[in-house]
Amino acid sequence: MDLYQELILDHSKRQVGHGLREGQLAEVHHVNPTCGDEVTLRVHLDGTGRDAKITDISYEAMGCSISMASTSILAEEITGVDVDDAMVVHEAMRQMLTSRGQDPGDEDVIGDGVALAGVAQYPARVKCALLGWMALTDALAQAGVDIATASQGETA
Amino acid sequence: MTPQLIPEGELAAIRGQFPILERTVRGGTPLVYLDSGATSQKPLAVLDAERDFLLTANSAPHRGAHALSEEATEAYEGARAAIADLIGAQEREVVFTKNATEALNLAAYAFSNAEVGSPLRVGEGDEILITEAEHHANLIPWQELCRRTGATLRWIGVTDEGRLDLDQLDEMVTDRTKVLAFTHASNVLGAVSDVPRIVAAAKAVGAITVLDACQSVPHLPVDVTELGVDLLAFSGHKMYGPSGIGVLWGRYDLLEQMPAFLTGGSMIEIVRMEGSTYAPPPTRFEAGVPMTSQAIGLGAAVRWMQDIGVERIAAHEQALTAQLLEAIAQRPWVRLIGPADVVHRGAAVSFVVEGVHAHDVGQVLDDQGVAVRVGHHCAWPLHRAFGVAATTRASLAVYNTPAEIDTLVAALDRVPAIFGVETGAA
Repeated sequence: MDLYQELILDHSKRQVGHGLREGQLAEVHHVNPTCGDEVTLRVHLDGTGRDAKITDISYEAMGCSISMASTSILAEEITGVDVDDAMVVHEAMRQMLTSRGQDPGDEDVIGDGVALAGVAQYPARVKCALLGWMALTDALAQAGVDIATASQGETA
Repeated sequence: MTPQLIPEGELAAIRGQFPILERTVRGGTPLVYLDSGATSQKPLAVLDAERDFLLTANSAPHRGAHALSEEATEAYEGARAAIADLIGAQEREVVFTKNATEALNLAAYAFSNAEVGSPLRVGEGDEILITEAEHHANLIPWQELCRRTGATLRWIGVTDEGRLDLDQLDEMVTDRTKVLAFTHASNVLGAVSDVPRIVAAAKAVGAITVLDACQSVPHLPVDVTELGVDLLAFSGHKMYGPSGIGVLWGRYDLLEQMPAFLTGGSMIEIVRMEGSTYAPPPTRFEAGVPMTSQAIGLGAAVRWMQDIGVERIAAHEQALTAQLLEAIAQRPWVRLIGPADVVHRGAAVSFVVEGVHAHDVGQVLDDQGVAVRVGHHCAWPLHRAFGVAATTRASLAVYNTPAEIDTLVAALDRVPAIFGVETGAA
């Protein structure tokens, strides 16, 4: 099956940066009510506002391989980057996943995220893949970052 | 009841009533529809009945004196009679609702909307007893009733085997218990509840029993008199009927005591600006122009089921269930959630592939054309009780075949290799 790329299965088992660590600025708990997938995600920031650096994403996730892999990829891609850049990756992921297969994803922007391109063909699974990313934006908002003005959409 | 497949030729004719079963999915793969517990497919007989009504007699029943209205009234009431006949009820005890969820809400609201002083009214100190196996439709309305009234919600747990833990019954049912609402057949576990035992416990303390029959009426012979419950709800779309139609059956003397739920046109007796009086049941509970073509479609579905024979439908589904349970039992990497034999069991079979999320299992099955439900099936607390976030559920109907069970099992056998699950195979 095209959907289950080796990279996805690998991320879903390895779960980069898995675990909840202290020192977070905000913690959120998101669920996918249709299937019961859950993620608890903490953002750890150095600095404030959109220039702040994301020093760590710590999380605990329970769910399908798609949601687990997507959150693992998130942790891999987002850790160590500025909020502004994180939002660029977020927007590129969102666009790819909701494109119904029109947008294959740009590896230079979303890294291993391109392995999730196949999810766009299955509308019922898009929510799974976006769970961690929605949690990220929520956590950043709760940490006081004005994500609305962060540079969303500049990647298109 | 003995498991007994419907003969091949007859089964082919039954399947011929469902053109959708001929279609392919995901690039030419034949569809294997095993999600009838969510909604069943509809036979041509049902679609024709709805279409015939709309083409020849469409009008609002119980209004006006013109010819079409008379015919519509006759067809609508004919559907009520068919349903009454199916469940061994009187026609005046059958209330049409939008769906089973509305029927259960209608029931639950009676206990807070009843006049002050009515024995139906519940409040602080009273208890509503449900079970951990309930579908959200027979759980949330009771939680909400308790929130509105100050009554306390209690619940009976489930055993590891996947049956209601009735050892708790004597302790849980007390003089404070006013309502005992429970499922006839679990939409997840497949287990058929021991209704006589629960009804006896409820009767001993004068509690009113409410039965969620959504997963029993489409699959098993159901007789309300035999069951002895006070209220019973089911939906049309799970029993080969249209969506947008459900049924609340109630003991007539109880329905008479129950207050109106939705109010407006049709359900009135006399209306004055200062206040109004309401019609007797079932009209009291059918406000607005009803779902006429849907009710007529459901009536046709009932007659269609009776033409095959409900006993034979049950026996056929039981044979398929036995085939599936046996295949699961042979695969140690598949954990069945629910009773492992077909005794007192319906046509829903839920399972977990150890280490693989249900969504992923469902995706692999879907790739082979097999449509199953994945998730918590609107029974989240029940899944929590079994320590799982989600299950994969195959749910059967009369149109399913042994070959389709084989296809499901073959597709399931692809899961371990894809996700690296240890099967224990040599």
